[in-house]
Amino acid sequence: MSEAKQIKASIDDQVVRSEVVELDAFQGGREQRLPILKTYKLYIDGQFPRTESGRYYVLTNASGEALANVCLASRKDFRNSVVAARKAFDGWAAKAPYTRGQILYRMAEMLEGRREQFIAELISMGSARRDAEIETDRSVDRLVYYAGWSDKYQQVFSSVNPVSSAHFNFSLPEPVGVVSVVAPEASGLLGLISTIAPLLVGGNTCVVLASHAKALCAPTLAEVINSSDVPPGVVNIMTGLRAELVDHMSSHMDVNAVMYCESDAQEITTVQTNASLNVKRVVCLEPQSLGEPQAESPYRILDFQEIKTTWHPIGL
Amino acid sequence: MTTTNDPSLNFSTDWKYAPAPESSDHVQLKSRYDLFIDGEFTAPAQGAYFDTCNPATETNLAEVGDGSEDDVNRAVQSARKAYDRVWSRLSGRERGKYLFRIARMIQERARELAVIESMDGGKPIRESRTVDIPLAAAHFFYYAGWADKLQYAFPGREVRPLGVAGQIIPWNFPLLMAAWKIAPALATGNTVVLKPAETTPLTALKLAEIVQEADLPPGVVNIVTGAGATGAALVANPSCSKIAFTGSTEIGKRIQKSLAGTGRTYTLELGGKAANIIFEDAALDQAVEGVVNGIFFNQGHVCCAGSRLLVQESVASIVIRKLKHRLETLVVGDPLDKNTDIGAINSRAQLDKIESYIDRGRKDGLNLFQSECPVPQKGYWCRPTLFIDVAQSHPLVQEEIFGPVLTIQTFRTVEEAVEKANNTPYGLSGGVWTDKGSKIFKVTSRLRAGVVWANTYNKFDPSSPFGGYKESGVGREGGLHGLAPYVSLT
Repeated sequence: MSEAKQIKASIDDQVVRSEVVELDAFQGGREQRLPILKTYKLYIDGQFPRTESGRYYVLTNASGEALANVCLASRKDFRNSVVAARKAFDGWAAKAPYTRGQILYRMAEMLEGRREQFIAELISMGSARRDAEIETDRSVDRLVYYAGWSDKYQQVFSSVNPVSSAHFNFSLPEPVGVVSVVAPEASGLLGLISTIAPLLVGGNTCVVLASHAKALCAPTLAEVINSSDVPPGVVNIMTGLRAELVDHMSSHMDVNAVMYCESDAQEITTVQTNASLNVKRVVCLEPQSLGEPQAESPYRILDFQEIKTTWHPIGL
Repeated sequence: MTTTNDPSLNFSTDWKYAPAPESSDHVQLKSRYDLFIDGEFTAPAQGAYFDTCNPATETNLAEVGDGSEDDVNRAVQSARKAYDRVWSRLSGRERGKYLFRIARMIQERARELAVIESMDGGKPIRESRTVDIPLAAAHFFYYAGWADKLQYAFPGREVRPLGVAGQIIPWNFPLLMAAWKIAPALATGNTVVLKPAETTPLTALKLAEIVQEADLPPGVVNIVTGAGATGAALVANPSCSKIAFTGSTEIGKRIQKSLAGTGRTYTLELGGKAANIIFEDAALDQAVEGVVNGIFFNQGHVCCAGSRLLVQESVASIVIRKLKHRLETLVVGDPLDKNTDIGAINSRAQLDKIESYIDRGRKDGLNLFQSECPVPQKGYWCRPTLFIDVAQSHPLVQEEIFGPVLTIQTFRTVEEAVEKANNTPYGLSGGVWTDKGSKIFKVTSRLRAGVVWANTYNKFDPSSPFGGYKESGVGREGGLHGLAPYVSLT
């Protein structure tokens, strides 16, 4: 037996997956290919840094097996994200609604293309295959739903006001600005999409804290966003601890609004108290409501809009 | 082209305005007003009263009840009872009819209300009779019509009232603010407890008389007069499902904080520091007139006042010259005189605040201009004031003064104008003056403010939503959008 054949035989003993054997046989016999593991990162300003703090936590599945070393974002990461989100705001808000709609639709396309990857991630974090498929498919569909609203919600929520004087006067929704988002803990993908999509289509930029226990989909969704012509800084995604970040996310003076999607009464009070520092708008949503059909509504877009009224005289 | 001859205008002619005082003998004021709770005027529990004075004469007009926590709680209870037993069960159509009735009664008593408004608050009668009172009536009329049509305001949603609304209003537009608060609340099926400002309670108490006369079910509208502590008691009452506040950003933040974690909702209509932007291609005479109206309307006691003039450098000297000339023609004095442009400052405390800002500007060596018009001996007065070339970071530019004080800054490009206009924590309103339509849309869309006037300023209408971005508040009042803060949608 040649040396190569001996090695092959020994590998055959170890390898259980037959296709590897076949592939190896086809390649003339090699050692088992070591899979490339993904480094799970943050997404800030269109880039994928690890946390500046260098901290991480080990994400495990239900039976305690390690899935990944996930970034434990710091307050500094959050502040950097706000700087990026603020910088991106004017440009994103000024984009034609048609363009924003196309970009959201592009996100749906990219998500659909990575369907199997998201399903696999959800399964590895404990979802049954059927549930993972449903969650992924609904996420894609929800993006498409909101993409379609991009140039319509303004018509639904605006008004031409019949004033009594000789003026033309109209009221239009405009995005509120930079939004801090605490995404629901229980949902790895659909929760993220349900919070981000209505904000984005409405022209806001955001910094999102993803689920701690179901963190795998967040960096992967960032890859989807990054390849969908969403400008850098429009969406920034962090993984980490709510307990560490929620105070900071709601007290930062350059944040205009907070979307909080957990049900911790203490945290809600913290968020609402901090909001008063600069009169932030606060919207608290029941986490489970984001999985349900009513999470698809133009009123979700309106939650993060300001109404601007513009007057002009009528005359010669 | 250089014009060396400064066409200074000479106003010291023999032509004087003859006095044109509005009579006040038809006004019926009681010497003492109790609290309006559960459909009755009732004495405050602790028997305390305070005086409300005429800021133009410093004489007392009447004494009004100082509502304590007990009084507030009783008012909220009566509002809750009225909500549960009567108002929330009434059809929208019947609710609307009550509001129509109130609107009509305000119109009937418009003259009396206007005179009282000017006496109690110091605003020129020309403004109270053409703006405050007619708009208050119009507001009731507008929202009356919504009461039975709410399903059309919120497509795809079921509309429900919130319950009892606690409402706190300022002293700058006393009856109008009461109308802004009460009309949409009642139209959507809520009941209210209103606390008027301590320096201007009289027209709200007159409104209480109208509410009584209109036979509104007891408890649907309660009016509890008092100062800050009365308002704080109202905010603290857990039976108020909703708080609506118009006033300073400082107090607004305190209210927002105190409601944290309670699940109770709020709308806040807070301060402003609006930029009025004049471009070189504007109709300059109209623009100057608009700037004058923007800052000197109601003595500058207007949250959306155009208190910062941004003028393009190329026309700055012309605009400033015209502005100075125009200021010299403004008549400061008796609010009840129909020729008066600028009435009395609302209170001694407010006058002190305004003067401390003017002193600050003087001390910092800023370029100050005040008109030379005579002011009465008695009363609280402030001449129209300009500060020319003030730095963006100066407190006069950053902070709300709430008086007839205008800062002037220049700019060269549209970018610079927008940057400066947006560079305060506020975002209530703004003004743009240019004859180029495309520039109007470009600039108005980039101002981070809730109300933007182009080639006009300080216009209001019940059908038109009003409210701020950023630290100028949360929510809208007026128009279809003004219904949303008073309903829950399912």
